[in-house]
Amino acid sequence: MDFLTNGHNAYLESFFYTLMLFLVSGVLSLVLGTILVACRVGPVAVLRVAGGWYVTIVRSTPLVVVFALFQFAAPMLGIRFGWVQIHIGTVDFTSFFAVAVVALTLYTSTFVCEALRSGINSVPLGQAEAARAIGLTFGGTMSQVILPQAFRASVPPLASVLIALIKNTSVAYIFGVGEAVAQMRIMTNNYASERVPIFLTFAAGYIVIVFVVSFFANHLEKHWRTA
Amino acid sequence: MHLMKTKAVLAACGLALSMAACGNAGGGGTGKDLAGKDVSCGDFTGRVAEICKAGKVTIGVKFDQPGLGFKSATADEPAGFDVEVAKILAADLGIDSKDVKWVETISDNREPFLEAGKVDLVLASYSITPERRKVVGQAGPYMVTGQQLLVPADSTVKDISDLKGKEVCSVTGSTSIDKINEKGAKGVGFESYSECVQKVLDGTVEAMSTDGTILAGFAAQNEGQLKVVGDPFSEERIGVGYSKKAPEMCTFITDSLKKAFDDGTWAKAFEDTLGPSGVKTPDAPMLDACQS
Repeated sequence: MDFLTNGHNAYLESFFYTLMLFLVSGVLSLVLGTILVACRVGPVAVLRVAGGWYVTIVRSTPLVVVFALFQFAAPMLGIRFGWVQIHIGTVDFTSFFAVAVVALTLYTSTFVCEALRSGINSVPLGQAEAARAIGLTFGGTMSQVILPQAFRASVPPLASVLIALIKNTSVAYIFGVGEAVAQMRIMTNNYASERVPIFLTFAAGYIVIVFVVSFFANHLEKHWRTA
Repeated sequence: MHLMKTKAVLAACGLALSMAACGNAGGGGTGKDLAGKDVSCGDFTGRVAEICKAGKVTIGVKFDQPGLGFKSATADEPAGFDVEVAKILAADLGIDSKDVKWVETISDNREPFLEAGKVDLVLASYSITPERRKVVGQAGPYMVTGQQLLVPADSTVKDISDLKGKEVCSVTGSTSIDKINEKGAKGVGFESYSECVQKVLDGTVEAMSTDGTILAGFAAQNEGQLKVVGDPFSEERIGVGYSKKAPEMCTFITDSLKKAFDDGTWAKAFEDTLGPSGVKTPDAPMLDACQS
């Protein structure tokens, strides 16, 4: 297990990138996904259509293509992320990290939107009618009545979306982010005789993160069921 | 919405264009066929004799490194210095170049391919390292090269020390990226060197780095836009990989390379493939002795 002991915590550092990619784009996807779903079920026809198109187009584009668009095509159109310069110790968050977050967020938010929409559809129509009957606006109906119930019903599909996101962060390895898979490639290149242990160690890292997310999802589900 | 669509189309075109640019990348011509020499397979032993008798050999090369191993979208066969050396080896086994089966090996699958017997030999800018010699055999070196920098033509960067703390592009998981980090710069990894060239051209990174011979090929492709700078800050000894199960390969490869060094075919191969990008033909390197 030379690959773990040689070098300065390269393993943990790479998973820190993976985790940060997951957390930042996860939170942003939840926010953007919620806005999208509000568009899709809202009363404004233009937004409904736009939301529907956005979901259809982005969801059916391979993630690696979304990455490539922002990494290679966007600079030609003058869209750059050079202003992102955050350094924490030896860990850097620069344009490459920003591009990864943008690509992951735009992509994942479509799945969040659809997971939430399935939750909204599970809320009986009478709830919305009742909310309107007591004088709530669309915003009020959504935020006070529909979304809280929809979020509860959406926990299992949302957990799946987030778990998929954890693994999707690995696409960033060929787009300049030194996350777990990138580090794994460096290690398999340097320690040719320890390939299998290297694969297993990195797989274990992902399993741990997925376990933690699953645990929270299960916990939330139980908590809300009894509420 | 209309504006968004236009932008999306533009972006898609840009991507298509940049990919076409990669596809056009030349790489030292198409390479000539080399006829197999008249050899008697009885002179060889073990796996070498088997390959000689079969009259067919499978060789792993890179497909994406202009000047070394490069297969353009329209070419039937790869071309480059690695490929030419492979043809010399095949010829010494009595095998014509057209009977060589070329397989693309990327940095990450060279050892597994050799171990599984998917390829007989690997000539894919394969640096000789003690760690790799634990799992596969490596004979040579047939070339010694070092890591340099490729920067925009108007850049003031002279050396890797000018790039401390800056981002430098290379291929994910390569030895080059490790070396960049060792020298105090920050390695950022992409799938292939041509993508790094793109990132240097669009200004996202100030430089990219790998073996000077590879960079020279890209500098030649983008003349006036890119240049190679800096003294080599690493030494890569490029060798031929073979399976540990066939140690008799080593003597054959070493003898064959020795002959090619002496009779000038090695130097000729170098001039034909790397010469056009402005790399001077070096002296032939010292070959490692075969163990056992």
